[in-house]
Amino acid sequence: MGHKLTLDALRQRLKGASGPQYWRSLEEVAGSDEFRAFVEEEFPNRTPDWKDPSSRRRFFRVMGASLALAGASACTKQPREAIVPYVRQPEEVVPGKPLFYATSMTTAGIATGLLAESHLGRPTKIEGNPEHPASLGATDIFMQASILTLYDPDRSQTVLKDGYVNSWGNFLTALSAAREAVDARQGEGLRILTGTVTSPTLGAQIQEFLTAYPRAKWHQWEPCGRHSERAGSMAAFGKYWNTMYRFDRASRIVSLDADFVAPSMPGNLRYMRDYTGRRRAAAENSSAEAPRLYVAECAPSITGGMAEHRFRMRAVDVEGLAGALLASSGGARERSILKDLDAHRGASIVIAGEHQPPRVHAIAHALNQRLGNAGKTVVYADRVEVNPIDDTASIAQLAADIRAGAVSTLLILGGNPVYDAPADLNFLEALQKVKLRAHVGLYNNETAAWCHWHLPEAHYLESWSDARAWDGTASIIQPLIEPMYEGRTYHDVLNILNQKAERTSHETVQGFWRTQHQAADFDDFWRIALHDGVVAGTAFPEKTPPTATIPAAAEPAAARARAPELEIVFRPDPAIGDGAFSNNAWLQELPKPPNKMTWENAVWISPHTAERLGIATGDVIDLARGGRKLRGPCWVQPGQADDSLSVHFGYGRTHSGRVANGMGFNAYPLRSADALWNASGVEWERVSRGHEFANTQHTQTMEERDPFRTGTFDEYHKDPEFATPAEKHVPPGMYMFPLWPYPDHKWGMSIDLTACTGCNACMVACQSENNIAVVGKEQVAMGRHMNWIRVDRYFSGSLDDPEMYFQPVPCMHCENALCELVCPVAATVHSKEGLNEMIYNRCVGTRYCSNNCPYKVRRFNFLLFSDWQTPSLWGLRNPDVSVRSRGVMEKCSYCVQRIQEAKINAEEQGNRRLKDGEIATACQQVCPAQAIVFGDINDPTSAVARLKNQKRNYLLLEDLDTRPRTTYLARLRNPNPEIAKG
Amino acid sequence: MAQIFHRSANSLAKVSIALAVFALGGILWAAYRIDQGSFITDVSVVKDQPVPFSHKHHVTDDGIDCRYCHTSVENSAFAGLPATEICMSCHTQIWNTAEILQPVRASWKTGKSLEWTRIHDLPDFVYFNHSIHVSKGIGCSTCHGRVDQMPLTYKVNTLYMEWCIGCHRDPARYVRPREEVFNTAYQYPPDQETLGKRLVAQYKIQSLTDCITCHR
Repeated sequence: MGHKLTLDALRQRLKGASGPQYWRSLEEVAGSDEFRAFVEEEFPNRTPDWKDPSSRRRFFRVMGASLALAGASACTKQPREAIVPYVRQPEEVVPGKPLFYATSMTTAGIATGLLAESHLGRPTKIEGNPEHPASLGATDIFMQASILTLYDPDRSQTVLKDGYVNSWGNFLTALSAAREAVDARQGEGLRILTGTVTSPTLGAQIQEFLTAYPRAKWHQWEPCGRHSERAGSMAAFGKYWNTMYRFDRASRIVSLDADFVAPSMPGNLRYMRDYTGRRRAAAENSSAEAPRLYVAECAPSITGGMAEHRFRMRAVDVEGLAGALLASSGGARERSILKDLDAHRGASIVIAGEHQPPRVHAIAHALNQRLGNAGKTVVYADRVEVNPIDDTASIAQLAADIRAGAVSTLLILGGNPVYDAPADLNFLEALQKVKLRAHVGLYNNETAAWCHWHLPEAHYLESWSDARAWDGTASIIQPLIEPMYEGRTYHDVLNILNQKAERTSHETVQGFWRTQHQAADFDDFWRIALHDGVVAGTAFPEKTPPTATIPAAAEPAAARARAPELEIVFRPDPAIGDGAFSNNAWLQELPKPPNKMTWENAVWISPHTAERLGIATGDVIDLARGGRKLRGPCWVQPGQADDSLSVHFGYGRTHSGRVANGMGFNAYPLRSADALWNASGVEWERVSRGHEFANTQHTQTMEERDPFRTGTFDEYHKDPEFATPAEKHVPPGMYMFPLWPYPDHKWGMSIDLTACTGCNACMVACQSENNIAVVGKEQVAMGRHMNWIRVDRYFSGSLDDPEMYFQPVPCMHCENALCELVCPVAATVHSKEGLNEMIYNRCVGTRYCSNNCPYKVRRFNFLLFSDWQTPSLWGLRNPDVSVRSRGVMEKCSYCVQRIQEAKINAEEQGNRRLKDGEIATACQQVCPAQAIVFGDINDPTSAVARLKNQKRNYLLLEDLDTRPRTTYLARLRNPNPEIAKG
Repeated sequence: MAQIFHRSANSLAKVSIALAVFALGGILWAAYRIDQGSFITDVSVVKDQPVPFSHKHHVTDDGIDCRYCHTSVENSAFAGLPATEICMSCHTQIWNTAEILQPVRASWKTGKSLEWTRIHDLPDFVYFNHSIHVSKGIGCSTCHGRVDQMPLTYKVNTLYMEWCIGCHRDPARYVRPREEVFNTAYQYPPDQETLGKRLVAQYKIQSLTDCITCHR
């Protein structure tokens, strides 16, 4: 695949009319055997255990025994089961009814409000808090998956001293002794290292300590924090302002390498809601202005997938584009963008990404001021971090001080600097020089392994704390469950330092807020803050910064236009982030949006560069920079910028847990303090070929010619029928029997592809809600992954610079369901309300249904994928959904447990009619873009019925006349007519 | 070649074929009886409990309502088993030294729950909901029998799917007025057929035979 001829042939094929309009991979365009195998066989690798020649006699013996035993298996006697009632039943607890508590989770220190579902004191599901400004009811993949981390059996469970089990009591003595030792020297030599801190309480505690011990020092290192953003603001305004964007007011958006809908961007859920809200409005109403998004980026991202115009360029070249926009210079492309922005003064956004240098941020600030956006679509407020400093300088200072012998005690609160600190600091070597080092963390990780003390940290669902959201809103973190192990919070550790070890973290957090709200009604204030999950009125007011100044370019523009030089780009992994979630199997198995890869990372390389360097997918290469190197497999990624290699953090763990250890490669060794996000001058060398990836881009392939339909807003409003041309329709009345009338409810789902960004939150939410098992890398490679809702990714256009589209595909719940026709035991049947039911205890595992499903949405438990053995995971499961065993088919149920609960509630409340929106499927509830809507189609006023009435509503494989209940709204785009399609 | 078998072997063969059919029938019948019998179903089987609790005494002699202990039967899937606290609300005063109640007092003192043995135990893939049945006029005794007359609790119905489905197909035969749900001595009137039909309409009872009603 890697050599020139093949790629050129593929390019020609895509250019010609014979090529597919939407394609999944280079292998599909090439029509490779591997791809055809997945299309034709569904599970092409399934037969290694069948290859032995089994005789007809043996077949009958096995089948005969199975038949005889099939009946007998129903006669099992129930084992003894105990009922264990409370001794004193808490007043609000009703066994069988879940309770929801507001709490918050932090991502790189920034909070998002959540509602956590609790069954008899056991958290089982995370939802967004609709009253929290950063969530509005939505969550991202990390929040959904955090519940699995709570129950992760590999989480740190005990206090360790030199690797042996110890106790918090002894640590208290040791830390107090260390503090007393530096008492006379005002704390000199005592250092604290944290990640980004927005917790007002923790900030106050650290401040209290630093006031008592002024020569102690607080260092911060957040591997994927807001480094450039802070530096950019400092450069432009001389002060760190928190920049926030109002996408609901923006008609034109220019993203300079800003992946603003991805979890790495603070406020991303809100941004996604606001931005896609504008798109949805423009699709419904021709007079509403459709937003237009320009994205300049090097590696394909979900934001780039949403863009009308995606400019593929090396990360270093984005500064050139930004400079050209500022100077009103450049070519036709820049002129067109500027003209478009000028026509939307005060209603446009120029947003710079964290991965760009400070100068690009400064240019974005200046452009926004010049375009009149500042104060309208781009708002500024005080920073939310307690003490934002230059993290890189801070950890470099720490390493230097250690080497100078100035550090006697180092207390590491969370984080994993041995794994993720800039590699040129050689942090591990420095760390070993500290006399007393203690690490508090969720996992006994790489850093903990080199510390004298390791203290287990309480998971946020076990903790009292607080934090600020991206807009400053203070959010209380309240525990759902007592710490399962010996975990404690940072507040507890700071209390030891502040000589208040007897104070609990609850008292500490409440005590802090008592100082903030010194009124007689504090108890009411506190209760409301806990109930709502937010402290009302704590969002920071908008402010107006001075006029931005632009720092001089580091090197003249002419120098940047030099001959192609390979650049390497570092990013948090789209599925597991910077490494904090490495041991989360849901996220490991989550296909990364641009290439649907699971369980590992790769060096992404563009087809053109791969061709130039003679590299093919699966080639393992050594990348070297500054005397350090890494070894990883390459992946040829359509849409990747030429001469730019992307690597992702979070993999190559050695001390994470059973899930993450040994998966992928560690990208941090090439990251240095002077080049946090991209670097040039990287050298490569091929080591071997033929690395096998576990990739889902070919599995569950539908044979639909036009699975994805797209047009422009203008085309749609002129010709609303474009997505459903007449030749697609099936003439009515072709049935031998009349169709079932569905007199009562008629459940259906609408998925708006104009809004969907492909963020994958629905996949993890579904996994959490429906007890879906993970299968592991080898099984994924065989196409056996279990997610009930998959997100298909299609490319369209050229091989090198395609458009990227995402399409979530759950069960279609066809009215004429093909799966039901072929089930020999009626394990999949239709309900009166049109649900395609899957009855696990009836299923005998013939897999005929899956074979016959044209949408390929059925999943089979080839092995015992559900973990029945690990006790900590028992608590994780949703008690309203069966845990499936081996040999059973399963698939999306439209969250039937939620439908049933809502119906029962409504009937108990005087047989009232169900309200629209009362039932939300897990994927719908989580969706930050509100792209998924579920409801009763029989109710003409319901949201789903109104969406399905839009003319851009289309059916997958309509010509099969399966009458699917899940339908799609075509993707609408708003390209700039002046810019030719790339 | 000479005949191997005597002529009479023909009759023997015929008889054994007939016998085999009967034997097969007999085996199937025996299997069915075992499946329906209390060895498998536990119907009428009293199980070991930490305390030999008598519903008969508490309900019939003392007149305590079902809901005094089964607190969530009207608003949750699970009827609820009384917390030790509920037992102790009376038994701190009466029978407070009885040897038989020692496990209850121990639970109260140590904070460790009593572990009762489940009598009505559905398979884990069945999702039964008490509150909807109660609100639709299905009485306790319809499924649980005359618990008020049981010195030690046992179940009276198999809880097999065919048994559930019997009512789900034709609820009119078993529905009663809502105010009679907790009346353990309720007798179906002679005109149950007409009353049932009226109540089914009045309570908007659907005959729910979709699989997902109970399995999900």
